[in-house]
Amino acid sequence: MAKTDALQGSLDLLVLKLLSRRPRLHGYAIMSAIATSSGEVLRVEEGSLYPALYRMEEAGWIRAEWIKKDTGRRARVYELTAPGKKQLGAEESRWQAVSLAINRVLTEA
Amino acid sequence: MSLWSRVANAVRGERLNREIDEEFESHVEEAIATGRDPEEARRAFGSAARAREAGHAVRASGKLEDLIQDARFALRMLIKNPGFTVVVVLTLALGIGINSAIFSVVNGVLLNPLPFPHPEQLVALDESKPNFANGSISYPNFLDWRKDNQTFAAMGLARGYGFSMTGRGDAQQLNAEFISDGYFGVLGVNPILGREFTPADETVGASPVAMISEGLWRRKFDGAKNVMGQTITLDGKSFSIVGVIPASLKLRISHFQASDVYAPIPQWSNSILMFRGAGLGFHGIGRLKPGVTIEQARADMERVTGNLAAAFPEDDRGIGASIASMKEQIVGSTRGFLLILLGAVGFVLLIACVNVASLMLARASGRGREFAVRAALGASRGRVVRQLLTESLLLGITAGVISLLPAAFGLKAALHALPAALPRADEIGLDWRVLLFTTLISVATGLLFGLAPAWRVAKENPQTALKEGGRSATGANQRTLSVFVVVEVAVALVLLTGAGLMVRSLMRLWDVDPGFNAHDVETFNISMPPAMASATPEMIRAKHLALNEALAAAPGVTAVSQRWGAVPLNGEDDQWFWIDGQPKPRNNNDMSWVIDYIVDPDYLRVMQIPLIRGRFLSLQDDERAPLVVVVDEVFANKYFPSQDPIGKRIDLDNFGGKAAEIVGVVRHVKQWGLDSDDTQQLRAQYYLACMQVSDDFLVGMRGGTSVLVRYDGSLGSVIGGLRSTVRRMSNEQVLFGEETMENIVADSIASRRFAMILLGGFAVLALLLACVGIYGVMAYLVSQRTQEVGIRMALGAKRSDVLLLVFKGGARLAAVGMVTGVVSAIGLTRLMRQLLFDVSPTDPVVIAAVCVLLMLVALAACLVPARRAASVEPMRALRTE
Repeated sequence: MAKTDALQGSLDLLVLKLLSRRPRLHGYAIMSAIATSSGEVLRVEEGSLYPALYRMEEAGWIRAEWIKKDTGRRARVYELTAPGKKQLGAEESRWQAVSLAINRVLTEA
Repeated sequence: MSLWSRVANAVRGERLNREIDEEFESHVEEAIATGRDPEEARRAFGSAARAREAGHAVRASGKLEDLIQDARFALRMLIKNPGFTVVVVLTLALGIGINSAIFSVVNGVLLNPLPFPHPEQLVALDESKPNFANGSISYPNFLDWRKDNQTFAAMGLARGYGFSMTGRGDAQQLNAEFISDGYFGVLGVNPILGREFTPADETVGASPVAMISEGLWRRKFDGAKNVMGQTITLDGKSFSIVGVIPASLKLRISHFQASDVYAPIPQWSNSILMFRGAGLGFHGIGRLKPGVTIEQARADMERVTGNLAAAFPEDDRGIGASIASMKEQIVGSTRGFLLILLGAVGFVLLIACVNVASLMLARASGRGREFAVRAALGASRGRVVRQLLTESLLLGITAGVISLLPAAFGLKAALHALPAALPRADEIGLDWRVLLFTTLISVATGLLFGLAPAWRVAKENPQTALKEGGRSATGANQRTLSVFVVVEVAVALVLLTGAGLMVRSLMRLWDVDPGFNAHDVETFNISMPPAMASATPEMIRAKHLALNEALAAAPGVTAVSQRWGAVPLNGEDDQWFWIDGQPKPRNNNDMSWVIDYIVDPDYLRVMQIPLIRGRFLSLQDDERAPLVVVVDEVFANKYFPSQDPIGKRIDLDNFGGKAAEIVGVVRHVKQWGLDSDDTQQLRAQYYLACMQVSDDFLVGMRGGTSVLVRYDGSLGSVIGGLRSTVRRMSNEQVLFGEETMENIVADSIASRRFAMILLGGFAVLALLLACVGIYGVMAYLVSQRTQEVGIRMALGAKRSDVLLLVFKGGARLAAVGMVTGVVSAIGLTRLMRQLLFDVSPTDPVVIAAVCVLLMLVALAACLVPARRAASVEPMRALRTE
């Protein structure tokens, strides 16, 4: 539970960032990428990831496409759109500002 | 989000769910590929449903989507349960459709039968006489009534007639009415062209004028505007046309019906038209002055007729005016059975509603777990309720649309079976307000009972609901469902009893011997050529004999008789007489009355009426032979009790008091109908030979005659033969108005038959619906008890025990319903006493038969659920929990 709480408000940022680095990831790949690149600290659950993906898709930040996998099953892959890139920039600077502020509070004493 | 993408999203809902599922599957596959435990990977989604619900909420959100999504979901649910859907929709459609059709008829006939301005001011006028409450009005009396009254805005008088029209193609027989001037004004009907008759047209000796119907105007005058002043030749006399009456006039009351031709009364060449004591079949209508009540009019007319009785004691003593609301007169006899029909329809609708309610309730209870799951997944109570509402509405709308079929069909059938005597039958259309109203009622019922369980489940703690599988509410629901079954059985029993009583009445009626053999007897009229208009009595007699001879020679005809007086069940005629040797009564109304049949010697052979004593009329009883009559047994017993009537003499008033000798006695014929003849006052009958009637009477027969023939073989070819026989004699004479005597007998009980057919139809419908209802409820109850049955069988109960258990349950409910139904039926069938004949409203045979039938149907309805219960595998039943 604690792990997901840490993601509160930052899931969009993580997904957008990952997709800007490696386009055309499917849901499971996004989930494992978040886990590995955070050193297994951050873990997003399926129940949160997919609604977030759909929401961002609806907002026009990412777009999805069905591809055929080797197993024959279809997979839905996501990539960043131009508005998504802009949104990523905005989210990144917001995160920087917030974490800077939080660090300042923590180191003040 | 744009409106378009909302709509697109909503419409895509179905595919969306599929895609989401597919994506999740793909995800799980990846997870397994990277070495995760399959079970765990799957569980990671919580429930797929939950993720989907959440995913769907994101991918398709917004009010409009919800609505369309609800509708799509509802549609899917309904399609997934085709049995349920079809039963509910058909039940509703039948209930709504039939109800609307019958209510439309009742509304048209009963509530609003007179399409005229201020119909409440219209009254029917008759003469009340010592022998007849509603006798015909003599023309001189009518003229005085119209002149002397102070309470009527207008009065009219009319009598039906048949004209033979010549000079426009083949000779043709036209329905006509002799009417007083201003007759249509009384009703408030205006000619579409020209004018109505004026007092000048109604004076004796005025030049002949006529009004024609819009139909005749279009048929024979091509709808020409200049028809006014053109002439039309009727019975060889030329009438100038002064007006055209609109086709929208469809009035049909006992002595007036919308016809092709209307002529002023004085144009009727009847030598006794101006006799104050003559009963010539004229009846009147009147319009009360505004604000005048019927009681005031009666008091006024009492004064008028009192004065006339004082002035003309010989003709008018004991004569009063009978005044009745016209609506009352038209509707009076039919109100009872139309109301009974309405009640029956209400019952059918009730059953339909109960059916839908129980189906919805059973289904909603069965879906308790579904609602609980959805509530647990975060669906709000409003969302679930809205979903159910959508389902109910969808069902209601579908049923409403489909109900147009039974409504249209039912209306057509009802109008077809409607006795011809009812007014406005042609104009009655489906009443849309009724259709809408009944649809709303049925849908509301479905909603109410569909929502109740959902509401309760949604309100509960989802946790508890889930644990109990949504079964917590079923105890109450089972009780409600049992009540539904009881109600359905009870109502069906009442309807079946009503229908059973009608069937039995009709069977009794058919068994009534009318006193003659109606089988293979045809009756028709022949109009004489216009040249006969000036025929002498000798010529008419010669024509009469020639006609008999020619018709008897027609192929298939075995016996022929013309008839000029009464005809059984179809035309009354009466005469005055007194016993020879007694003084002639001073007043007509103190004379004895008798139904007179004026016929030919072969009449007994045509009608197959048994001769009891003496002889019947013979060819020797002609104008030169002494006057003889044959009487019926009622006459003999009434006037010559315990004496031999043969050889006795009676003095006939219409022969100027000439004595006639009674030469024979025949069986009584049910002149007034199979059902009511025994209770009529005027029942004595006599038979007189056509050849012996007075010369005055004979000249009245110049226009035409009526004939009865007994035939052998096919009716169609016999009629064809008769037609060509008549034409061969003169191409200016017409055979018309042919009807079989069997039809006349059948028509005499038409309104009872109408009631029987409709009640029978409703009863079958009710039985069907009740059967479906019982089946539905029993099936549901059995499905709820699967576990119990499993335990019983595990504990050693045999399959036959289980079968018995279900049958017993069904039979117990049916029995309770029957007791309720029998009690209600005994209370309600009393109301239909007037429709019954020779059957008690609580006829035990009918009630017993209905109970047996219902019990059989109830058990049949339990059959499938019982077998399903008996086929339960104990182990599986226990494991499923």
